[in-house]
Parts: sequence; structure tokens; C-alpha cells
Amino acid sequence: MSTEVRDDNPYSRLMALKRMGVVQNYENIRKFTVLIVGVGGIGSVVAEMLTRCGIGKLILYDYDRVELANMNRMFYLPTHEGLAKVEAAKISLININPDVEIETHNENICTIENYEKFNQRILNGSLTGGRVDLVLSCVDNYAARMTINKSCNNLNQLWFESGVSENAMSGHIQQLIPGELACFACAPPLVVANDGDENEIKRDGVCAASLPTTMGIIAGFLSQTVLKFLLQFGEVSPFLGYNAFSDFFPKYPLTPNPDCTDKKCKELQQYYNDHPEERRLKEEKKVEEKASAHDDNEWGISIEGGEDEQAPQQETFVEVKKEQSLADLMSSMKKLQTKQ
Amino acid sequence: MEFSNLSDSLEKLPFIKTVAGPLDGDQWIERLKEEYTVLIQYIQANKDDDHDWFEIESNEDGTKWTGKCWYIHNFIKYEFDLQFEIPATYPSTPIEMELPELDGKTHKMYRGGKICLDIHFAPLWQKYQPKLGIAHALSAALGPWLAAEIPVLAEQGVVKPSS
Repeated sequence: MSTEVRDDNPYSRLMALKRMGVVQNYENIRKFTVLIVGVGGIGSVVAEMLTRCGIGKLILYDYDRVELANMNRMFYLPTHEGLAKVEAAKISLININPDVEIETHNENICTIENYEKFNQRILNGSLTGGRVDLVLSCVDNYAARMTINKSCNNLNQLWFESGVSENAMSGHIQQLIPGELACFACAPPLVVANDGDENEIKRDGVCAASLPTTMGIIAGFLSQTVLKFLLQFGEVSPFLGYNAFSDFFPKYPLTPNPDCTDKKCKELQQYYNDHPEERRLKEEKKVEEKASAHDDNEWGISIEGGEDEQAPQQETFVEVKKEQSLADLMSSMKKLQTKQ
Repeated sequence: MEFSNLSDSLEKLPFIKTVAGPLDGDQWIERLKEEYTVLIQYIQANKDDDHDWFEIESNEDGTKWTGKCWYIHNFIKYEFDLQFEIPATYPSTPIEMELPELDGKTHKMYRGGKICLDIHFAPLWQKYQPKLGIAHALSAALGPWLAAEIPVLAEQGVVKPSS
């Protein structure tokens, strides 16, 4: 990467960050690999930004095709219609910056086979055949987020999650450090951001609204955060929200849920409690703990859990007969179904 | 068809005990046995009510399921191939039921013929998970979907009676 200030040097303006003292080693960006799941309204723009910044390698995952209904967002062109999103993205990204290596997977990570392969790409996808430096979630549905969450907890892989609400009026980015910050199963962030339920996280295409503006803002935030994280400048927010109606940008850490349903999350929470010296997130964590502790509780105020109210009166669970094997059960179901 | 109250149709079936997904080895086999036990109960109950409406079987490790489902509208039977895979994050995330023959024929569906359940079923799954299983998904997701969509699609002539 040349620092020479010439009109034909694509990196001169980026390398100027060094001269200005913003970044110590900008050229390190050439060594990093970022895996992006979902190259829709957010992911494609993040991919373009990182490509223009000269990232070393991008691994792109998506199983959707480009449709004309995507044209209200950035990046894709009407001429891409019908192409797999990852293929269309690769064509444009290589044109923008041929120095960047682009690996594409036109696959749904939620199926079992693809999930295993996805884990392998996280572990072996980097330029040197090792672990990728960062995983970014730019997906539009709950199942895919939960899949990334499961992978990243199991592999203890730091990742960032992003999203824009159904009505296109708010969005968020969130840093997830397994065991140290809330994982996606601890507290889905859109639920936190919107003060609503999981129902808010829905899929694109069926009925969601979208805007290039909100998507672009969130993509910009996410890309900026990736640069700050990889090149180690400034602060990396654990959670940053955006409300378009009021131009409100909430920012706060989300501590992990000790009762998280993800076993690996709980295991890592325990590990980092026992080994605080190994924590990757040092200062912010302490600040948060101070802020949330209320030593005096003069009025004896306590928070009632909402779950009890909804608890079903009586739950009946299935009993499998001891002597029954899976094969027995499979054949008795078959027999039952052939009986008219 | 008694699909009016989702919670009601769920509570007729016992819950699943073992919290395990297809990547959890022996624990998954335990869960699969429970899944099969509930399915058998459900199929038996449907037969007893003279309301048999699907037929399914799985591959050996219970990760891929195929079969048929049908719906009677105005005394005419409409039958469809049914398939689904157990996702890697099951039971945290629900099963996505697929009716490949209907792909592209209704907008209440995702690419590949996955029926749209985000508004009705996904929150229910969230509330009860990990206690719900395949039988519950058939009963509270696919059943109501067919009951809501097939009459409309039949009236529009989009689906044809099965011979």
C-alpha cells in the first residue's frame, strides 16, 4: 500500500489517516479477513465500504437472488436482476478494488450441512488459512442470527450484529463477545431497542419497509466500527442504536444473561468470571457494573419477573417408554400411517 | 377444523422434555424419541377424530422429513408434498415447513415454498421453546396455514384438486 500522494494511487487518502495520527498502521488492513453473513441492504454496503478501504479478504454468505424490489437500497444494479446476491456482489466488488480477495457462498447457513461448513470457514477462512478476524451479521431474520450466535459462541468468535426495524425507522449495531457481552440468545437487541417482542424481527420481502438512508446509516456505522476494531483506533461501542424519528443514538453495553439458554454462552460467562485477566473487553465492563449497582434501596423496590404471569397452569410432558428404541418408534409411526 | 385457537391445539399435545438439537449427539436421539412419541399420539388422535391430514417420515437421524399433507375444501381434497429440515439451531428456532409445489403461487410464502409463519407461529414458538416439537409445529403452524390459505387458493384456481 503506497503512501505516495498521486491521483492514481487509490490508497493515498486512506494512508493519509496515518499522517494525521488517526491510525498507527493503516496498511495492516490488507491482512484482515471479514466474514459477512447477508449481503442485502446492509451487508452489501458494508462489503463495498470495506473493499474501498482495501480490506484483505471478504467471505460473503447469502442464498438470495437480486430482485428489482431490492433497488430501493444501495449497491445492486437492475442489471444484476436474477443473479445470486453473492455473485452480483463479487462482480461489483472486484471491479471496485481488484486487490481484495472475495470468497462467496450461495448457501443458507441454517441447515445442518451448511452450518458445519460455515463453522469451518470461520476457523479456516483467513488469508493465511486460519480464523477470520471478524464475523458480521447483516441478516434479516431471527433464525440466521441465532445460527451465527450458536457458531460464534461455540467457536468463541467475536462478532457484530446489525439490523434495521420493519418500518425502516430505527436500527442498531451490536458487538458480541462470547461470555463477556450479551449473546443474541441472552437478549435479542431489536427487542431491547424497540421495547417490543421478537416479533419485530421479521424477514425481508414479505411485508417489511426499507430505505436506502437507514440501511446506509447502519452500514456506515457497522463499517466504521469494523475499521476501529481492526485498526485499533477510537472506542468500539458495545451497542449503538439509531432512531430516525428523533435522531436519537442510544449507546450502552449489554451484560450477558446468567440464565441464557445457550449452554456455551453460560460456560464462557463462567470462564471469564474465573479468568478476568483474559477478558477482551476491560474498561467498559467495569463502568457498566458501577452504573447498574444500586447499593441503597431505601424504598425496597424490587423488579418482578414478567415470566410468572404467563406461566401455563399445568404442563404435561411426553413420556417415552423405556424399552422403546428410535427404530421401534419409526416403524410404529409408519405402520400407524399406512393403516386407513 | 378446530384450528381456531392455537394455544388450545398446542395444549392437547404433551411437551417435549429433552433440550437438544441435531448437533447434540445422543441427546438428540433422546429428543427424537420424544418427538416420535408425540407424533404418534397426534396421528392417532387425528385418526380417532377422523381428521387425518398428513403423512410424514424422516431419514435415519431425524434431520430431514418428507411426506404429504392435504386439506379438504368443499368436499374436495387438495394434497401437497411436504418437506422440512431440522435447523442447526433447533429447538431455539422453529422448523420451516415447505410445500414446494406451492412455491411462487402465494405471497404468504418464502422462496423454496417455505410457508410464512413469522407473525402467527414464530412468537408462539418463542414463548414455549424448547418444549415444542415437530407435532406441535404441524398442529399449530402448518394446519392453520392450510386452513387459511387453501380455500383462497382453491377459489382462485391456483391449486387443483388431487385426483
